[in-house]
Amino acid sequence: MPTPPLVELRDVTKRFGAGPVVLDRINLTAGEGDFVSLIGPSGCGKSTLLRLIAGLTPLTDGGVTVCHQTPDQAAAELAFVFQEPTLLPWLTVTHNVGVPLQLRGIGREQRLAISRRVLELVRLGDRGAAYPRQLSGGQKMRVSIARALSLSPKLLLLDEPFGALDEMTREHLNEELLAIREHQAWTAFFVTHSVAEAVFLSNRIVVMAAKPGRIHAEIAVPFAYPRTEATRLSREYLDLVAEVSRLLRSVEEASQPVHA
Amino acid sequence: MNPRLKSILLPAAAGALFIAVWYAIRFAMAEEMQFLLPTPGEILGAFRENGDSLARATLNTTEGALLGFAAAILVSMGLALALSLSSLVRVSLYPYLMMLQMTPVIIFAPILVLWVGAGLKSVVVITFLICFFPLVVNTTQGLISTDRNLVELFRMYRANKAQEIFLLRVPSALPYFFTGLRIAATLAPIGALVGDYTAGSSAGDGGGLGFQAIIYSSQAKYPALFATAAVTCVLGFIFVAIVLSLSWLALHHWHDSYERADR
Repeated sequence: MPTPPLVELRDVTKRFGAGPVVLDRINLTAGEGDFVSLIGPSGCGKSTLLRLIAGLTPLTDGGVTVCHQTPDQAAAELAFVFQEPTLLPWLTVTHNVGVPLQLRGIGREQRLAISRRVLELVRLGDRGAAYPRQLSGGQKMRVSIARALSLSPKLLLLDEPFGALDEMTREHLNEELLAIREHQAWTAFFVTHSVAEAVFLSNRIVVMAAKPGRIHAEIAVPFAYPRTEATRLSREYLDLVAEVSRLLRSVEEASQPVHA
Repeated sequence: MNPRLKSILLPAAAGALFIAVWYAIRFAMAEEMQFLLPTPGEILGAFRENGDSLARATLNTTEGALLGFAAAILVSMGLALALSLSSLVRVSLYPYLMMLQMTPVIIFAPILVLWVGAGLKSVVVITFLICFFPLVVNTTQGLISTDRNLVELFRMYRANKAQEIFLLRVPSALPYFFTGLRIAATLAPIGALVGDYTAGSSAGDGGGLGFQAIIYSSQAKYPALFATAAVTCVLGFIFVAIVLSLSWLALHHWHDSYERADR
């Protein structure tokens, strides 16, 4: 008997006020352990879709279930990593990681123990006493990921978390993210503009089109985990990156206004 | 030159130059007019001569300034919280807060004397009125200027209102609060002095520096008047130094305004 999906979107439609339709009848499911990347031209509603799954934005029409509940009811099961690290500058790294636990009413000792453990996971065990302003961009983002992992979520929503980082740091963090996943089995929805990143991280890539935002195609990534630098250099990987890039370019060209 | 040494020597040299110019002006004045500008030596003499009354007056003014300042902090925090929670309350109350600020406090003095009597109570109320506005405006601004991403993060984790206020909005408003506190700290001794000048009372040795200034002025004790001014200045410095120290303690670990100083 097949396992019911962890995340299910049925005819999800979103419109802000009386404005145009931002997302049009999105149907998508993700099972346990899926790593789904959402990729598409700017304005196609990738981030909005993520926020709908998180329950941060209300739906206009359709339905979203996470762990067979509404996103609000499933709040304890999901975590969100924003585009910016969104760290509280007045708290040390350890206390920043403990914020979601504090908001759930978990005691100080347990909070500190969990924070230290997840900081080790993102290789920042020695930076717990530092303040965010003392960290590099990549380190801040690792703290942000550690904070999201502190609650051991079943679903991790990442909204272009590495977009502001340089290529090298981004590749390192991609590898770290997959390494962490070896220890914690979460399902992920990952918004990105980078085709290479999407292919490296995911087992499924959802290509979206804009105006209105909709699913254009879905591509399965066949490479086994764990993925390493060798994966990036393989012929199959490069071919798939080229194929997804071509698809994305055709979607982007179709989204451009036609000039006479 | 060593920058630390420079920061001591340059103000010291400017001070010495200032005193030299002071003496030069004084001795250039006609003899019958020299009483208008006492020398630093004469002012030091006035300290010795009026030490007891100045000390008593300083304590009274400090008491009025501290009580008014503390009341302004407490009331402004509560009001700022209410203003930040509802734009409706903000829009409704802001014009009246502005009116309160725009009306010169000196106009309230006779009314306050009638309402609460001359002396400490009036001094405290006048100090409160002078300190209150910068505190409430800055703190409210801080509470409503919380980074939207951080607010969203708290909503994502379903924080309740109290958690959002006390774990997020209040700490994030601290730099604004301390800006208001710094302005209020410079105003508190001035407020107490003005209050004392306009609504003070010497009953039971209750007179402060403002009241003392009226007495010295009526007795043409100009060196003592200058001594009173010097004491007020020192009092202001102490208030501001305390607030700056508190601000440093609360912010230097994380706020960008202290970054350069720490490096």
